[in-house]
Amino acid sequence: MGEILMVPALGRILLGLSLLASSFSALGSSSPSPDVRILSAERRVDLTSSIVKVYLTLKVENSGASHASDIFLAFSPTETEHLAIIKASLPEGKRKKKKYIPLDVNPTELSEAPNGAKLFSVSLINPLMAGETAVIEVLYILTHSLEPFPAEISQSESQLVYYRDSAVLLSPYHVVEQIMYIKTPTNKIESFTRVDPTNRAGTELKYGHFHDHPPYYSSPILIHFENNNPFAVVEELVREVEISHWGSLQVKEYYQLKHAGARHKGVFSRLEYQARPSINGASSFKQLLAKLPPRVNSVYYRDAIGNISSSHLRTDYQKSELEIEPRYPLFGGWKASFVIGYSVPLEDFLFESPEGQHYLNFSFGCPLYETLVDSLTIKVVLPEGSRSPSAVLPFGADQYLEKTFSYLDVVGRTTVVIKKKNVVPEHNVPFQVYYNFNPIFMLAEPLMLITAIFLFFSACIAYLHMDLSLAKKA
Amino acid sequence: MGAKTGSSPPVAPPPASSATALFPSINALKLKTKQQELLIRVSILALVYVLAFAIRLFSVLRYESMIHEFDPYFNYRTTLFLTEKGFYEFWNWFDSESWYPLGRIIGGTLYPGLMVTAALIYWTLHFLRFAVHIREVCVLTAPFFASNTTIVAYFFGKEIWDSGAGLVAAALIAICPGYISRSVAGSYDNEGVAIFALLLTFYLFVKAVNTGSLAWALASAFGYFYMVSAWGGYVFIINLVPLYVLVLLVTGRYSMRLYVAYNCMYVLGMLLAMQIRFVGFQHVQSGEHMAAMGVFFLLQVFYFLDWVKFTLNDPKLFYSFLRIALTCAISVGSLALGVGMATGYISPWTGRFYSLLDPTYAKDHIPIIASVSEHQPTAWSSFMFDFHILLFLFPAGLYFCFKRLSDATIFIVMYGLTSMYFAGVMVRLILVAAPAVCLISSIAVSATLKNLTMLIRAKNNATPMGSSKGTASLKASAKASSFDQPLPYQRNVAIALLLGAFYLLSRYAIHCTWVTSEAYSSPSIVLAARGAHGGRVIFDDYREAYFWLRKNTPADAKIMSWWDYGYQITAMGNRTVIVDNNTWNNTHIATVGRAMSSYEDEAYDIMKSLDVDYVLVVFGGVTGYSSDDINKFLWMVRIGGGVFPVIKEPEYLVNGEYRVDKGAAPKMLNCLMYKLSYYRFGEVTTEYGKPPGYDRARGVEIGNKDVKLEYLEEAFTTSNWIIRIYKVKPPKNRW
Repeated sequence: MGEILMVPALGRILLGLSLLASSFSALGSSSPSPDVRILSAERRVDLTSSIVKVYLTLKVENSGASHASDIFLAFSPTETEHLAIIKASLPEGKRKKKKYIPLDVNPTELSEAPNGAKLFSVSLINPLMAGETAVIEVLYILTHSLEPFPAEISQSESQLVYYRDSAVLLSPYHVVEQIMYIKTPTNKIESFTRVDPTNRAGTELKYGHFHDHPPYYSSPILIHFENNNPFAVVEELVREVEISHWGSLQVKEYYQLKHAGARHKGVFSRLEYQARPSINGASSFKQLLAKLPPRVNSVYYRDAIGNISSSHLRTDYQKSELEIEPRYPLFGGWKASFVIGYSVPLEDFLFESPEGQHYLNFSFGCPLYETLVDSLTIKVVLPEGSRSPSAVLPFGADQYLEKTFSYLDVVGRTTVVIKKKNVVPEHNVPFQVYYNFNPIFMLAEPLMLITAIFLFFSACIAYLHMDLSLAKKA
Repeated sequence: MGAKTGSSPPVAPPPASSATALFPSINALKLKTKQQELLIRVSILALVYVLAFAIRLFSVLRYESMIHEFDPYFNYRTTLFLTEKGFYEFWNWFDSESWYPLGRIIGGTLYPGLMVTAALIYWTLHFLRFAVHIREVCVLTAPFFASNTTIVAYFFGKEIWDSGAGLVAAALIAICPGYISRSVAGSYDNEGVAIFALLLTFYLFVKAVNTGSLAWALASAFGYFYMVSAWGGYVFIINLVPLYVLVLLVTGRYSMRLYVAYNCMYVLGMLLAMQIRFVGFQHVQSGEHMAAMGVFFLLQVFYFLDWVKFTLNDPKLFYSFLRIALTCAISVGSLALGVGMATGYISPWTGRFYSLLDPTYAKDHIPIIASVSEHQPTAWSSFMFDFHILLFLFPAGLYFCFKRLSDATIFIVMYGLTSMYFAGVMVRLILVAAPAVCLISSIAVSATLKNLTMLIRAKNNATPMGSSKGTASLKASAKASSFDQPLPYQRNVAIALLLGAFYLLSRYAIHCTWVTSEAYSSPSIVLAARGAHGGRVIFDDYREAYFWLRKNTPADAKIMSWWDYGYQITAMGNRTVIVDNNTWNNTHIATVGRAMSSYEDEAYDIMKSLDVDYVLVVFGGVTGYSSDDINKFLWMVRIGGGVFPVIKEPEYLVNGEYRVDKGAAPKMLNCLMYKLSYYRFGEVTTEYGKPPGYDRARGVEIGNKDVKLEYLEEAFTTSNWIIRIYKVKPPKNRW
């Protein structure tokens, strides 16, 4: 597969790089150099939704003699477990002409960090020479990091959650100066750990400035605040993309949805819910918004027992939005499952590469806004008779092949299965599946039908012209 | 032809020459009259086949491809099980999800014909690489079999009258509302395939009687086997056929053909029927099947006497023998019957059978049968609704049948008369009468039309002949063609009558389409109403509640509800129920009825003894949905009171009147069903200008607005309040 990836096509080399990088990561990484210092670190933690987003800006200085090609980031074991995505970039230019150059981030196997902290290496494009400084911007997203407390609430209560972090950046380097901002969804903060200097202003908490902390220093903090945003979690999402060279792409998505916030306890009163919606069931949600491709058609929304009649579709040239309501509002701990299906014109997503291969360019991730997916499976069902499939993804995921049988399939359709855990909206980037397909196979199924009908009529004619009786009729 | 024009020179050929070139080939293509007739007949049948399927798709187009009503959900659930687990698992299935804590042996207590049919269709389609979902197969099974029924009706009509009557019968039955009511897409019930099997069995039997062929009799035995496997209505066949044989015997129409047909059909049919576990030895032991056995022995005696008469060849000797033989046969027969009854070997008739013979029986003895709306005696209006012009054509058809009496017409007359009687006893049995009514009416239509057209055509032929050859030959030809003098204006009257007939038939088609679209195509799970702005409003509360149960209650939760919703809860909610639509245990249902009609604390003890976790009630007070539990409540009281005398119906009534408002009986205002239905309803304003707590289904302000629950708590109420689910609280701490 590696060889196929190396074949010309400029765009693919770029995409392939990340995969190559990941396979060579063990070779490329050294250990964090003691000569590198972080001059300033600024962390902005966004707690306004159910997904925690952290924007980290580091100013790094190489004070040693040798150059450093990698900068390392450290995460505690719990953070590593909940880490969905980590992106680093190098800002270039000033103010309005600012550009971001993406950098590769790879997990390392280094075990020198204390307390099981995990290191991630950021590969710089130009190694950091002695005495140079560089600014790196990092975005990482944590899932399931807001713990509801109390764990069970009644219908009229609002949802409170804990967030745990360190006031000081966990880093393998010496940090000269740092500051952290935490943004909460509302003013209502029950409690927070004070580490001087700490400031609170409205929905923002400020920790710092702190000065001169040694490597791997941490200072745990706990914030208890109100968060009534929908804690919608898709526990399992299976997306089936079926390519038909007759002109359409059929997508079928199976959702297992759960409200992952504080569990609902006691009575559910429809009267209270209908009469006083603002204070009742504040943490519940009853509708979701899915972003579908433009020019979508034949959309359906159903579940195991039939069609769900509460959905609206809005289409324009840029995108289509499908507003869906599960059969009932979801309170903490309640579950629902449903299927969304649609079809889109093939020419929007299927292209031909210069060397004659077909490739599908489709969006990865979950179409629902602001929703986290615990386990995502994408199945790309290629037309019957396609060969040498390969998938190209901007990040690592499990892949394997299987066979699917649909209408009039004899040998089965080759299916590329991609599996990934912990998927967040930031994963909604295009991925490609390359395959070889001879258009003559398109005719196989119509010919089969024609033959069958022809044989049927021939049999009828033969039957009418044959005398099968044993005795001669008088 | 194409080759000829292609080979002609590029200059346009003169039209005359091309015409001569074309003519012989057109002549060669011309069909003979017989072939034309065949072509027309086949295309009419094909159109009727498609029509019968298409008219049943209203519900799919208007709603969605879904299973309707109550019983079909059980059939769907078992079919799903069959396709997933295979036949042996299905046959041995003990279902612990229903009738908790008793359970139900599914394999031994159902007619598997429908499920096996659907599964076979499903497997065949998958073998042919059509990746359809089993639900689609189930939804379309009934229309598919209705289409097949039209083909059988054609052959049946052809057998008893002629192919013209067969075509009319096929067309009539394709759109007969009485049949459509049970065979629209989505009504996945036993009757869907059973009517096909019923008509097929009858047709094959009549064919066997007409031909005396062992092969047809064998085929009819297999048809009977299919019917037994599909529906409990097979009892109708096994009683009608012997009755028919008896009538033929009495009218002196006994023949060797009848002997062969009946013996083969009965013996093989019986052996095959006993393979169905639900029937088993009942076929030789229960009272309902005794008539067939009696007639079987009678035929043997008849045949034996015939043989003795032939060998003795002496009338005097034969009569004395006959006397002895008859006395012996009757005494042995009655002795066997008496002993069988006394020892309990032959079981007496069941209540359902009694209620068919005596329409008032169920009302007095079995409230659970009487409580079902489809078991009510039929009103005149519903006959009119379901048969329309067939109701008038039926007697006319009977007249034609009697005019041309044969073994076949005797059969259809008997089928028509008996099934009409049963249709009068129970609404749902209109279904059984529908094919007979269509067949007999088709005879009337076909015979009338044929006579009328013959009149018109005879005149047409006669006039040109008279003009060319003179009066003498006209007289001769008139003598030869028709036996009586033509009446004045005969042709005009015939045309008028013909037009009238077409008008009536087209009214029938319009009526059938209208009835199907308006009355019989609602799935009853999804309710639709007209909104204030004329748009369609959909109440999907049933599925909302069932899906909530499925996703948000423990997998082993037990749900108590009135039995109507049992099948739906197990199929859509996937949860255990206490009672369901298979009303096999009256005491268990009465226990639920008793819990619903008791005070909350008494009900709590009953519910605890049944391990109930959730209680589900259907409530139409907010939407004005009238078939809710409060309106069914008196039946719960009646059925509960039938087993537990502590429940007394008069305690729920005020001067014999059923009320829920302020004037209601105190027991009514405080029983569990009332409390669960109206919990917190007193705070709701349902209609502008009415006080809070105004019940729209019954049009009154409720009597007890301050309902407090002690042992239960509201767990879920659907968006239009149609279904309310309550959780049974765990017992309180004792200290």
